[in-house]
Amino acid sequence: MSDSKELQAMLSAYDAEVEKSLAKYPERKKQFTTGSNAPIKRLYTPVDIENLDYARDLGVPGSYPFTRGVQNTMYRGKFWTMRQYAGFSTAEESNKRYKYLLEQGTTGLSVAFDLPTQIGYDSDHPLSQGEVGKVGVAIDSLADMEVLFDGIPLDKVSTSMTINAPASVLLAMYIAVAEKQGVSPDKLNGTIQNDILKEYVARGTYIFPPEPSMRLITNIFEYCSKHVPNWNTISISGYHIREAGATAAQEVAFTLADGIAYVDAAIKAGLDVDEFAPRLSFFFNAHNDLFEEVAKFRAARRLWAKIMKERFKAKNPKSWMLRFHTQTGGSTLTAQQPDNNIVRVAIQALAAVLGGTQSLHTNSRDEALALPTEESVRIALRTQQIIAYESGVTETIDPLAGSYYVESLTNRIEDEAAAYIQKIDDLGGAVKAIEQGYIQQEIQDSAYAYQMDVESKNRVVVGMNMFQIEEAPPKGLLKVDPSVGERQTARLKELKSKRNNDSVTASLAALEKAAKGTDNLMPFILDAVKSYATLGEICDTLRSVFGEYQQKVIL
Amino acid sequence: MDAVSDSTIQEILNGNMRTIARLISLVERNAKERIELIKKLHQYSGKAHVLGITGPPGAGKSTVTDKLIGEFRKRNKRVAVIAVDPSSPFTGGAILGDRIRMMNHATDPDVFIRSLASRGHLGGLAQACGETLRILDAAQYDIIIIETVGVGQSEVEIVRYADTIVLVTVPGLGDDIQAIKAGIMEIGDIFCVNKADKDGTERTVREIRAMLETAILNNAPTRFTELYASYYKNHQSDSAVQHSFAGHHGITNLPGHELPIPLPPVIATVAETGKNIQELADAIILHGTMLKETGLLEQRRNENLLWEIENMVLDMVTEKINSSESRNQLEKLVASVQLRKLDTFEASRKLFEYLLH
Amino acid sequence: MARKIKVLVAKPGLDGHDRGAKVIARALRDAGMEVIYTGLRQTPEQIVQTALQEDVDVVAMSILSGAHNHLFPRVMELMRQNKLDDVLVIGGGVIPEDDIPGLKAAGIAAIFTPGTPTSTTIEFIKANLKRSLE
Repeated sequence: MSDSKELQAMLSAYDAEVEKSLAKYPERKKQFTTGSNAPIKRLYTPVDIENLDYARDLGVPGSYPFTRGVQNTMYRGKFWTMRQYAGFSTAEESNKRYKYLLEQGTTGLSVAFDLPTQIGYDSDHPLSQGEVGKVGVAIDSLADMEVLFDGIPLDKVSTSMTINAPASVLLAMYIAVAEKQGVSPDKLNGTIQNDILKEYVARGTYIFPPEPSMRLITNIFEYCSKHVPNWNTISISGYHIREAGATAAQEVAFTLADGIAYVDAAIKAGLDVDEFAPRLSFFFNAHNDLFEEVAKFRAARRLWAKIMKERFKAKNPKSWMLRFHTQTGGSTLTAQQPDNNIVRVAIQALAAVLGGTQSLHTNSRDEALALPTEESVRIALRTQQIIAYESGVTETIDPLAGSYYVESLTNRIEDEAAAYIQKIDDLGGAVKAIEQGYIQQEIQDSAYAYQMDVESKNRVVVGMNMFQIEEAPPKGLLKVDPSVGERQTARLKELKSKRNNDSVTASLAALEKAAKGTDNLMPFILDAVKSYATLGEICDTLRSVFGEYQQKVIL
Repeated sequence: MDAVSDSTIQEILNGNMRTIARLISLVERNAKERIELIKKLHQYSGKAHVLGITGPPGAGKSTVTDKLIGEFRKRNKRVAVIAVDPSSPFTGGAILGDRIRMMNHATDPDVFIRSLASRGHLGGLAQACGETLRILDAAQYDIIIIETVGVGQSEVEIVRYADTIVLVTVPGLGDDIQAIKAGIMEIGDIFCVNKADKDGTERTVREIRAMLETAILNNAPTRFTELYASYYKNHQSDSAVQHSFAGHHGITNLPGHELPIPLPPVIATVAETGKNIQELADAIILHGTMLKETGLLEQRRNENLLWEIENMVLDMVTEKINSSESRNQLEKLVASVQLRKLDTFEASRKLFEYLLH
Repeated sequence: MARKIKVLVAKPGLDGHDRGAKVIARALRDAGMEVIYTGLRQTPEQIVQTALQEDVDVVAMSILSGAHNHLFPRVMELMRQNKLDDVLVIGGGVIPEDDIPGLKAAGIAAIFTPGTPTSTTIEFIKANLKRSLE
């Protein structure tokens, strides 16, 4: 083809010119790399995407393979859900913060639970000391959940809950609160994270070993497909995998590998893939390398569509769609010159939007220092609103498509992720790969390499390893009242004296029996929750049957 | 701290963990005071049942150890663990990773766990392990576990301090079984096939039994043959013993042997869930009983001491031969050999005599 | 030959963010130290008993849950009760500047906040050991 010959000649001439310039003016670096340490060429041209077949590889928005987005009008129809993760202290305090956020234009709630709640301990457990209400709200029983959503109509908001090991219990509490408000389960919208595999790998709030954990998850899939049809039953999360140090391609690979494991487990439990797959959702990170991040989201969508269609033979197009929430990268924030974080968050949020996210949380500038203040949270939300209303990037769909660079990055990330998934398949799947520590090892190697790059200043972090200033300690950070633990403990005591303890004992005994068998546990958990059994009591009952997970540490 | 005052010795006898820990450090860094320490403690040692746990990397040894601690604690035994990491480099840093599996026992006042890494050379590690053992033994621990990776002959030496040796392996290692066969099969008293929820467990158990039979048929020197045979013979009418041997041990009829021969127990465990750990603990305790009853404990400890002292002497010789005085002497001798005033045989004799003074 | 510095890297509290703890463990190893890592969710009692039995020179704790004001002083109290006064104790994690004076008063020798290079921690340890390496 003469076109291609002409192009080749043009590029050769360019290369020759560059050689000459380099002799006089060398480039800034010998090797240019992405934020994830992949090499970057000087120039991308049609040669780099020669094999790209538009119809096959990109298609149109809303159609297979969804590279360009999952809806056919994307943000011209409606913006992503602006969802700010929040919660701290007691249910009353968090309830106030939610109401504030709703007034400010937030369109969905995102509940942060404290660590004891996430690990299934009540506030009076010895290990809960000092942790109650710290990183999120403390929920011990349905009574707390009633306060948390007081005055918030659950048929009107969509609620995302960052809860994993005890997700079934918190979901049951949510359903029970809704019923008290007169809202039936089929009217509920929201998401539970419910992704235990990444807890083993990266986030650490696990309780039970993999097998019973996978059972609880498939129980939820099954229960929701019948009773809570609009609920996103899982948010398969790469966010924390990336935070733990993974590269962009590893984030895609390990998240989708976890996704494959959940689909496998559900099919093995007898569910039809098209029955639950449309309710699977994903959760990714957004880091600073704008183009690589955009490419990552596009690659993830295309790869998941192929996996669902080709590997699992799903027939419903909704089963092929990778819908995802994005949070900007917590680990990219610096404690130094914290206002600079506003700019980082803006770039990351832009990447998420250009990548076609369905919902977005923007981090607050002070999160490397403490929980965010109300003012910081507002700036973070305003960042999203500026992108939505002022930047113009939302007015057409997938505007970076066709860029030689972005398309070649998209291909590279998909290939790299597919190779990892192949390797994990060879090890027997994600659960086995985690048990052997393979995924953990890969992530830690990346994390360590990154840290060494920062320390040697191969990688510049503005304000941290370059352009530092002397600064006064930041003022006005949010402090959680240390007496929350005592108040929560007193409340538990009161609850235990007021509730009908016979019905608690009976419901827990029924749950224990069911756990030993093969029934779906959701109805039993719902009964226990409604009798005001505490989260700790329910989880202890399950611990007595399932045992506890022992962390696999690879260093 | 005065390393070897009487009050220090008393603190060890009373099980003062801080003193024990600091004296182990003394031993680890090869401090001179340790010689006097061991001298004073020696009379108080010898009571503990010393257990060696070894096997290839990834077999789950530390998880097995963790679960055994729990099992022994249920039986009211005081337990100490020496987690030896011979794979750590002689110089440079190391991550001592075994202890992490045993954190659940960290606050039990009747459990003491200590990691030991290579410092200097492997022989030094073995010696430090032996001295640590003496300290813990004097501190009245009922069971002392030495846990170490064992792939090759030299690493396995470390468990030679043990009265009872448990070899831990996993199904499907294939080549590693060969390694065990080649190097360390003959020193095992009890075989543990861990991660027995994996495919291939039964095959691995069968393979181990087959190798044990082959070892007996070839008259290979095994530690277990005499012990089990004699105990089995003494208890032919004891149904519990009969039952135990028929179960995990297995009894085999081999050509050329008139009586059936009891094999060592081969126990399939899933340490993660605790499956068959109780059986493993039973087998270990029973092994200790057998040693005492048959009188073979003394014989075994003789062998172990012989090995230990021999090794210590070799270490002394190595140390002395590497001293600058010895090197000087050696160089003079070499010069004489070059001048054909001495032959090599005469020269080595002269050096040997020099070393003895 | 001087002996190696022995460090216990510990994760008190319930948070599961161990990226920092693992990175520092590796960095200390690469700096020639012997490192023991406790894993997640350790109580102050577990940490102190481990430090005691392993006879470490340094305890390095990492926490990101915000429970440091409760857990760090508790560790120091137990260190003193067990007469481990010659062990250097340091901490790291998301710890607000305002909390640092209180933690230092409780006996934590230094607090390293996000962005601290591992080399800074390594140098601090080498310069502030409370025991001889002979």
